[in-house]
Amino acid sequence: MTNSWTDIKNTDLVVIMGGNAAEAHPCGFKWVTEAKATRGAKLVVVDPRFTRSAAVADYYAPVRQGSDIAFLNGVINYCIQNNKVQWEYVKNFTNANYLVKDGFTYQDGLFTGYDAEKRDYNRSTWDYQIGPDGYAMVDDTLQNPRCVWNLLKEHVSIYTPDMVSRITGTPKDKFLKVCEMIGECSSPTKTMTSMYALGWTQHSKGSQNIRTMAMLQLILGNIGVRGGGMNALRGHSNIQGLTDIGLMSNLIPGYLTLATEREPDLATYMSTRGFKPLRPNQMSYWQNYKKFFVSFQKAMFGPAATAENSFAYDWLPKMDVPSYDILRAFELMKQGKMTAYFCQGFNPLQAFPNKAKLAEALGKLKLLVIMDPLETETARFWENHGIYNEADPAKIQTEVIQLPSTCFAEDEGALVNSGRWLQWHWPGGSPPGEAKSDVWIMSQITLRLRALYQKEGGAFPDPILNLTWNYKDPNEPTPSELAKEMNGYVVSDVADPNDPTKKLLEAGKQLSGFGVLRDDGSTACGNWIYSGSFTEAGNMMARRDNSDPGDTGAYSNWSFSWPANRRILYNRASADINGKPWDDTRKLLWWDGAKWTGYDIPDIAPASKPQDVGPFIMNPEGVSRLFARGMMREGPFPVHYEPFESPVANAIAPKVRGNPVARVFKDDFAQFAEVASPDFPYAATSYRLTEHFHYWTKNNHVNSVLQPEFFVEISEELAKEKGITNGGWVRVWSKRGSVLAKAYATKRIRPMTVDGKTVHIVGIPIHWGFVGAAKKGFGANVLTPFVGDANIETPEYKAFCVNIEASTGPAVA
Amino acid sequence: MTTPYDIEKGDGVHKGHPVTVDRYTLAARINHWITAISLILLALSGMALFHPKLFFLTVLFGGGQATRAIHPWIGVVLFFSFAGLFLRFWKANLWKSEDGTWLRRIRDVLAGHEERLPELGKYNAGQKFVFWGMSFLIIVLICSGFAVWDQYFYQFTTIPQKRVAILVHAMAAVAIICVWIIHVYAAIWVRGTIGAMTKGQVTGGWAWRHHRKWLRELVGKRTKGTPAE
Amino acid sequence: MFPPAPNPPVAPTQAKFGDKDLIRRSASTITPASPRQTEVAKLIDVSKCIGCKACQAACLEWNNLHEEIGTFNGTYTNPPDLTPASFTLMRFTEWVNPETDNLEWLIRKDGCMHCEDPGCLKACPAPGAIVQYSNGIVDFVHENCIGCGYCIKGCPFNIPRISKVDNKAYKCTLCSDRVAVGQWPACAKACPTQAIAFGTKAEMTKWAEGRITDLKSRGYKNAGLYDPPGVGGTHVMYVLQHADKPEIYAGLPNNPRISPVVEIWKGVTKYVGFGFIGLAAVAGVLHHLVAGANRVSAEDEANAEKLTGSDRS
Repeated sequence: MTNSWTDIKNTDLVVIMGGNAAEAHPCGFKWVTEAKATRGAKLVVVDPRFTRSAAVADYYAPVRQGSDIAFLNGVINYCIQNNKVQWEYVKNFTNANYLVKDGFTYQDGLFTGYDAEKRDYNRSTWDYQIGPDGYAMVDDTLQNPRCVWNLLKEHVSIYTPDMVSRITGTPKDKFLKVCEMIGECSSPTKTMTSMYALGWTQHSKGSQNIRTMAMLQLILGNIGVRGGGMNALRGHSNIQGLTDIGLMSNLIPGYLTLATEREPDLATYMSTRGFKPLRPNQMSYWQNYKKFFVSFQKAMFGPAATAENSFAYDWLPKMDVPSYDILRAFELMKQGKMTAYFCQGFNPLQAFPNKAKLAEALGKLKLLVIMDPLETETARFWENHGIYNEADPAKIQTEVIQLPSTCFAEDEGALVNSGRWLQWHWPGGSPPGEAKSDVWIMSQITLRLRALYQKEGGAFPDPILNLTWNYKDPNEPTPSELAKEMNGYVVSDVADPNDPTKKLLEAGKQLSGFGVLRDDGSTACGNWIYSGSFTEAGNMMARRDNSDPGDTGAYSNWSFSWPANRRILYNRASADINGKPWDDTRKLLWWDGAKWTGYDIPDIAPASKPQDVGPFIMNPEGVSRLFARGMMREGPFPVHYEPFESPVANAIAPKVRGNPVARVFKDDFAQFAEVASPDFPYAATSYRLTEHFHYWTKNNHVNSVLQPEFFVEISEELAKEKGITNGGWVRVWSKRGSVLAKAYATKRIRPMTVDGKTVHIVGIPIHWGFVGAAKKGFGANVLTPFVGDANIETPEYKAFCVNIEASTGPAVA
Repeated sequence: MTTPYDIEKGDGVHKGHPVTVDRYTLAARINHWITAISLILLALSGMALFHPKLFFLTVLFGGGQATRAIHPWIGVVLFFSFAGLFLRFWKANLWKSEDGTWLRRIRDVLAGHEERLPELGKYNAGQKFVFWGMSFLIIVLICSGFAVWDQYFYQFTTIPQKRVAILVHAMAAVAIICVWIIHVYAAIWVRGTIGAMTKGQVTGGWAWRHHRKWLRELVGKRTKGTPAE
Repeated sequence: MFPPAPNPPVAPTQAKFGDKDLIRRSASTITPASPRQTEVAKLIDVSKCIGCKACQAACLEWNNLHEEIGTFNGTYTNPPDLTPASFTLMRFTEWVNPETDNLEWLIRKDGCMHCEDPGCLKACPAPGAIVQYSNGIVDFVHENCIGCGYCIKGCPFNIPRISKVDNKAYKCTLCSDRVAVGQWPACAKACPTQAIAFGTKAEMTKWAEGRITDLKSRGYKNAGLYDPPGVGGTHVMYVLQHADKPEIYAGLPNNPRISPVVEIWKGVTKYVGFGFIGLAAVAGVLHHLVAGANRVSAEDEANAEKLTGSDRS
């Protein structure tokens, strides 16, 4: 989230698209009801299904899954055509006025530089024209045909209301009504918030879905303001923490990236990361990259990381591929190239696509270690559960070790919520039986591995032997010790350059924030964005002061919000170019003539003059990007691409199948249904239900009572057509697998007219499996395709094709 | 010739001083008393649940829960027991022309002027009224009772149906208690009657006085069956 | 925002109401407690409800109920009906508004309405099995319950259920145990959107007015409060988008009142019935006094003997 849950109460319009906040985030949804009740805010829901969110919405419009970009490009086109633009904002805080290189073009669904063989682009033309002063060239009049604004205007012009309706299946009048409601928020005194989740991410073009809405929000002037923002609703209570701490194969904490094998030394590594400003006076905060990186290395390797050994740069792995994401991991497993797998706190046999492939891959492992508080399907992948898991234990040689771990309610520590709040919590109970905390388990593995290296040596013992492990009880570091390490501490005294008798930083003290980090090895910091969370003043995450001066929804003394306890990112954009708030009733920050002041921590230096420093400090431009340059693999502007399995061809680019740069493994392509396949005529989507949390709560009796059995949702029309009775059994199958489910023939799903063709939708909740208290059932991932988003590899769970027929149900034993 | 309608199995006359008349067989009497006890228990348990002031009666049955549980089962016993009585007695309780006359002269009945009444068969119209009244009410009670016997039959009726059923059940119960009072009172008032259900016999005089036609028929039957000595 | 639910007290608290505060007791004559406590109410704002079932889960957990794991029956309503172990239930109705042709997914939390004039209590034959406190809470006292199911017949909302395990009637208690120590009912505490609020009846009515104004501004011209006068008002009230048609919310009664059949049964029948029984008995006694016993005379015996020929033997 750019903003916070509590800030949603400040909005005028909530757009829930690509998510189902009421269903999947009921607790946070209270802030939507709060905005409705106290501000008279409106709620718009755009979704293939009439969801629980739609049940309390002011307006609902259906949209075919996988066509969100067409819809949103259509809204952008509407706003541009109807002058629903926050011009001051667009001109000053976006790159609308930047000039783009002449070589850049777009035609038939593809940008310049496409290589069909590699499924990738040469992105060299996707950039600004750089002037003789070394800065990007701009045209403040927006007259130059090569300025971003004019290119964007041209790019979205094909997404007329008729075209949008043709692609998305949204009736034109409903689309226009949504446009009208959104368009109103271009006023500086009206804001809209975008609440989205997996409905946008779980597509082969998930990142672009989000980006399109971000562009719309910029055009409306809704980023950095109260009640605005791009608000990703995180599904797991600490999934935000997972990404913050860098638990991705290609990341290290704080969104720093691992080196690739083409970067053999620190200098090369740094050459592409410390971006120089693209416009005068801009902060380009990534210029501090080296401070974050070196401090991280000091936290990892302590005294062993020295300037002489480039702060142990060599001890970090170097990537030979863009990422070892989950899809690649299982592909490698299937190929027999990955033979041991540690599975900590998740259940891939249920959570990743194409269950048959996953089961085959797991069966080829030599060792599978499960760390989980619950019994999971993955731990039991080898066990035969009839039609629900047709495994043959005799043929599986994988050794499976289950390590029971504690549950969140038995742990102490911080969870990071969607709003980037690190909220400290305390155990509510003791772990049962032999369950041990994840920290204890991982410490044991580390210490025992280190002992083995000490005893037996090894190919490359340095990173293991030199890892700092300065904890009171090495067997089980306390959460506070770990949190302090993430916050960072002073390694060696730093003298004040103006008065050498004074110390700027004193060795052993906790850091006050990332502003004092240094690249000379005198500071250590496990995760720069968390710096400031555990200072000399104590544990900031444990703060529980719920006062809210000015009733802004900031709650600045409640827990700690990264970065620097900032509650709204890019908050300088809440005021105009002169530092005057856009909306006096919703002030956040303002320029008092000498400095920035207000209810939040400014994200620019408090004394930087309003006209000088742009609000988007993480970009070297200082402004936000309507044109993404080469940062997105599909292109600088979003394009509508059909899902890999689609009931229709791409109306704007019939020759392009799926996302042209999404990575697809060879065997998996063969398992996709053809476009408009008569064998798989129905557009399926998978989703969550309020009653359950992923695959956990089916282990709980009460949750299982509330939603006991696997079912699929279809329209009453399709039920009639296929002779399916409400509550009766059906068989649903894709090219990858087949499931039996109860049918729910509902008015909440309606057939859509897409490109003149009737498209039926099949909705598949994901919560059932073959272990737990609830009735045994199938996971939706039996059906889903093995392909991910082109930028971050999130699997395409939201749009695929199936067939359906009435069934007699499972044979009764 | 056919047996008159009102002569039941076991009916017979024995000479003597006084003459004795067999009115009810042992089986009929057992059947009657099972029915009678059931009805009394039903009335007591039913009234306990009908009026708060009588709730204390539940102690007789082991408390409220037990009363609630046992009442319908006694009802089933009553139903089958009465069904036995019905099969025994229904024919003798068919309506005859003299019953109309009897009814028209109800004042004489109540005043005990039986000499002003026609000669009657085994049952007079009052007894027939009790018989048919009981029969009808027991059917009503068992049907409405099943409708509110929620422990086993909840799903077979709707709540509005249950409401009507329980009202009907209550009204029928009141009615049957009234009929029962008439029955018991009549048995007490008409001296010599109770013996019919205890010993199975009445005196000839009793039969002469109250059911002369029946007595004549019995005598006639005996005369026919066994030649006069 | 309505003030959030309070957190539980740390120190033991004296119950705020108890047996001394009864205003009605089933099958008993009592003097209603005076003065009356402030009436409480739970307000269920259907327009804010997202159907998450947190209330249902909280109810099961707080009351330590063990509901069976059922099957999918073609609706999100699970279990399909109230049971002795499910005191509350989200009922889902897919309703197409004929005026707008738009689908509306109506989600109503069903459960005891805590009527001011409780039909269950009126119907109950067991002294003290159903009580009403002066704050309006209608509670079942299970040690006095005999399991007759009369409460089911008395209830205009079809709420109580008899347990097959212990043959006792169960329904929402409005968490009288929690309310007694200043807590909100478990469902209200758990509700994430404050679709369930709790307070005094006056507060809730006032709060509802604001909600109704908001709904009217959003085009729900018939939005209103459901506090049916037919049962003297209720201590669980709904804010409905279509208060003119409560029946579309999974059969919420339009004008609930204790059924006239029940009124007759528990009213006039009781008196008239015993009247008849008494009359019959008295008539017998009087008749006996006036007419005397109907005895068989010696003449009758003689006639019988004559008829049978006994006189000749």
